[in-house]
Amino acid sequence: MSKAASQSRADWTFKVITAACALVVIVLMGGILVELLRNSGMSIRQFGFGFLTSTEWNPYAGEFGAASSIFGTVVSTAIAMLLAVPLSLIIAIYLVEVAHPKASRIIGGGIELLAAVPSIIYGMWGLFVFAALMQEHVQPWLGKYFGFLPLFQGPPMGIGMLTAGLILTLMVLPFITAVTRDVLQMVPPVLKESAHGVGATMWEATRHIALKYGRRGIVGAVFLGFGRALGETMAVTFVIGNSHRISSSLFDAGNTIASSLANEFNEASEPIYLSSLFELALVLFLLTLLFQTAAHFWVSRMQRQEAGDR
Amino acid sequence: MRPRSHTARRLADRSARIVMVPAALIGLTVLAWILWEVIARGAGALNASFFTELPTPPGMEGGGLANAIVGTLLMTVLATVIGTPVGLLAGIYLAEFGTTSRLATAVRFTTNLLMGTPSIIIGIFVYALIVLRTGHFSGWAGAVSLAILMLPVVLRTTEDMLNLVPDELRESALALGAPRWRATVTVIFRAAKTGLVTGILLAVARVSGETAPLLFTALNSFYWPETINEPTANLTVTIFNYAMSPYADWQQKAWGASLLITVGVLFVAVLSRFVLKERKSRA
Amino acid sequence: MRGVRKSVLAIAALALVGSLVVPAMAAKTLNGAGATFPEPIYSVWMHKYNELKGVRVNYQGIGSSGGQRQIKAKTVDFGGSDAPMKGPDLREAGLIQFPMVIGGVVPIVNVQGVGPGELKLTNEALAAIFAGEITFWDDEAIKATNPDLALPNEPITVVHRADGSGTTWIFTNFLDKVSASWHEKAGFGKVVPWPVGVGAKGNPGVAAYVQRVNGSVGYVEFAFAKQNDLSYVTLKNHAGEWVQPTIESFQEAAANADWVNSDSYYLVLTDQPGDGSWPIAGATFILIHKDQPDAATAKAMFEFFDWCYDHGDEMAMAKDYVPVPDNVVGMVRATWGLEVTSGGKAVYK
Repeated sequence: MSKAASQSRADWTFKVITAACALVVIVLMGGILVELLRNSGMSIRQFGFGFLTSTEWNPYAGEFGAASSIFGTVVSTAIAMLLAVPLSLIIAIYLVEVAHPKASRIIGGGIELLAAVPSIIYGMWGLFVFAALMQEHVQPWLGKYFGFLPLFQGPPMGIGMLTAGLILTLMVLPFITAVTRDVLQMVPPVLKESAHGVGATMWEATRHIALKYGRRGIVGAVFLGFGRALGETMAVTFVIGNSHRISSSLFDAGNTIASSLANEFNEASEPIYLSSLFELALVLFLLTLLFQTAAHFWVSRMQRQEAGDR
Repeated sequence: MRPRSHTARRLADRSARIVMVPAALIGLTVLAWILWEVIARGAGALNASFFTELPTPPGMEGGGLANAIVGTLLMTVLATVIGTPVGLLAGIYLAEFGTTSRLATAVRFTTNLLMGTPSIIIGIFVYALIVLRTGHFSGWAGAVSLAILMLPVVLRTTEDMLNLVPDELRESALALGAPRWRATVTVIFRAAKTGLVTGILLAVARVSGETAPLLFTALNSFYWPETINEPTANLTVTIFNYAMSPYADWQQKAWGASLLITVGVLFVAVLSRFVLKERKSRA
Repeated sequence: MRGVRKSVLAIAALALVGSLVVPAMAAKTLNGAGATFPEPIYSVWMHKYNELKGVRVNYQGIGSSGGQRQIKAKTVDFGGSDAPMKGPDLREAGLIQFPMVIGGVVPIVNVQGVGPGELKLTNEALAAIFAGEITFWDDEAIKATNPDLALPNEPITVVHRADGSGTTWIFTNFLDKVSASWHEKAGFGKVVPWPVGVGAKGNPGVAAYVQRVNGSVGYVEFAFAKQNDLSYVTLKNHAGEWVQPTIESFQEAAANADWVNSDSYYLVLTDQPGDGSWPIAGATFILIHKDQPDAATAKAMFEFFDWCYDHGDEMAMAKDYVPVPDNVVGMVRATWGLEVTSGGKAVYK
């Protein structure tokens, strides 16, 4: 073979090998879906759609339903988003518009470090430090002044839905803050300067110009944060209490899909039990896929619109 | 904008500024608090026996987590060996061949999805794939699940780093007659070396703190990992088990292990981010 | 780059080769799973046995239900259960069971100012608390038997087991015997329809929960209460006497056990006669297959159990477990010799 031919053969091989490795990612995602579907088959056939609405969770009797896990996942994530999004916005605005550059770098760096702390460390701190605080001070206070609401009734245990939601807030906060900060930093200075030029205050310029400009990126970040909070496992498992009951009180123990999987997967030797847990995993997988896809298309629509605007 | 009085607008601005400071400090405060607790509670557990002895039953004096440290290191190294080459090659494909191909777009989208997939789902996937089929837990199943977590991170950073290499460099290499693969592997790699290594380091930092995937693959063990074809001790699952137990000595060991992991992960994260920023600003 | 790659490859090769070569030298490993009731003594025995003989015994505390299921599924070599299986069920599953050690289940509380053994509860009050009928610590029913304690006006948080548990089986067996209303509401078993409360995993989980949550009440094997300084409760036994959980009160309850006439060692030790008997005692059992797939594993198992019977008494009593009486050990060994075979040949001689 001529040198040129063998060279192009080598190049072709190189391209194929690298392409194959790239394909691995797609194969993996497909594989995850396939394995989850396969192993939840028994549970899907037995419980049908009722699985999603049933609050039964009786391993002894072989009756399973995802309702309490879905409820817990949604509630804990909702608490986290309700608290983290406004807080992240405020912090990001502060970092970009108000803070002294050095302070911005230090606080920004601290936020990034918070994001790097592994979930299990949040769990440890949550269980041993934060839960004690909740039980001794926060929950009794809430019960005393807001106990007329069913949300804050019941004995203060320290662990439970509220604590799990708060820990999730701390975990999602750095992520949304970082992305929002990046989005705000991309606002063309000329826009802000024009606003200041006509006499707008920092707050007005931010509210009416910067946030409006970056709103799609921010929404995308929120979607992504939502997706991550849904699947957060260790931090929540430590403090949520593992109860399959749906309760109106945030002081009560509960469970999320991820915490149920972490707590029960290894002990489910009965085929239907294991299959139901696989089905829970499938539900979580599809939920996170949904949010990520939504985020992706939202952001790409924003990018196309921006390109069109220009 | 609704016309409002000058004072009202100034008040709004000032209130916003006042609210922002404590909000921003929340992040720093929580970080400092967590680090403080981890250090304060964990330092006491990190004595010589922690690093050299096997776990003892609760209530028995002494004992350590030497096997868990070895197990974590073993599985992390194995995961790196499995996941890095695939990630590197895939990143090369995206950067060098795939700027417009449909495969590349699909891969990029899927990589984002994979990155956002909860690690517990990855663990359950590997459980179904390997543990169910082999009939037992194993350290190499754990390594595979960690490798899957590392893959998209390595892929992304490789693509980003390679994209930073100026096209002129590529063209010069090719103009000198080097075949495509040679050009990529020698010239471009060398140019992007720092970025690639730190990308791998970032991925390693991320997976060494993971618990959920190991729960269903490597499980845990009280003994030395003699082979990777059996349940393998590791720090994160140990922390999970010990923390949920009622035993004060186990809880303290859990804090010690937490300190070890936190220091390791943060150190690598800070280091690699610092080096990455340098690299990006230089390019 | 090449240097880094070389060393990485070298480490990887070593790891892989090592993992293939070393199994040949690996020590024998026995796998068991099940009840957490005996975990405090099993972990001590297994650790000591590993030190002496190098044999590794891996025991996962996943609850008695898990133990029964895993041994039936043959994913472990032996199962542990405090809820004894009945003869017909054993024979159907091809298993034999034998008692390993005897212990006591104690209610534990976390109430301000109440130390170990200080709280006295009647059987009715105990059942009512777990049934959710008594909801505050300063309820009249509790104050009646504790005039000297300053009980707070705090709500009671009941902690029970979330997993299928032999400890639950023993505890609810007692409640079922002494309280007609509990018998109606919940009955007894490894899992019962708990009217109220939060679920925890394993004895350690319940102990951890009660340890953390103020105003909580739960039930654990005594070793867990003692090891973690939890406040256990004083109860009234069948003879009408107030009694505390001690190795003596467990022994007195266990002395009533009629092992000889039991079918496959099925015995319940709750609410036993005797002035000093602890009312919630129970034995914990090991389950193994009659037909052992691997003779070497079976032999290793019997060597371990033999060692526990012969040398484990002192360690057991140090943790307040009552060793199985010698005559029963003799019966158990005879059962092993008669019933357990591998490839058609008896394993135990």
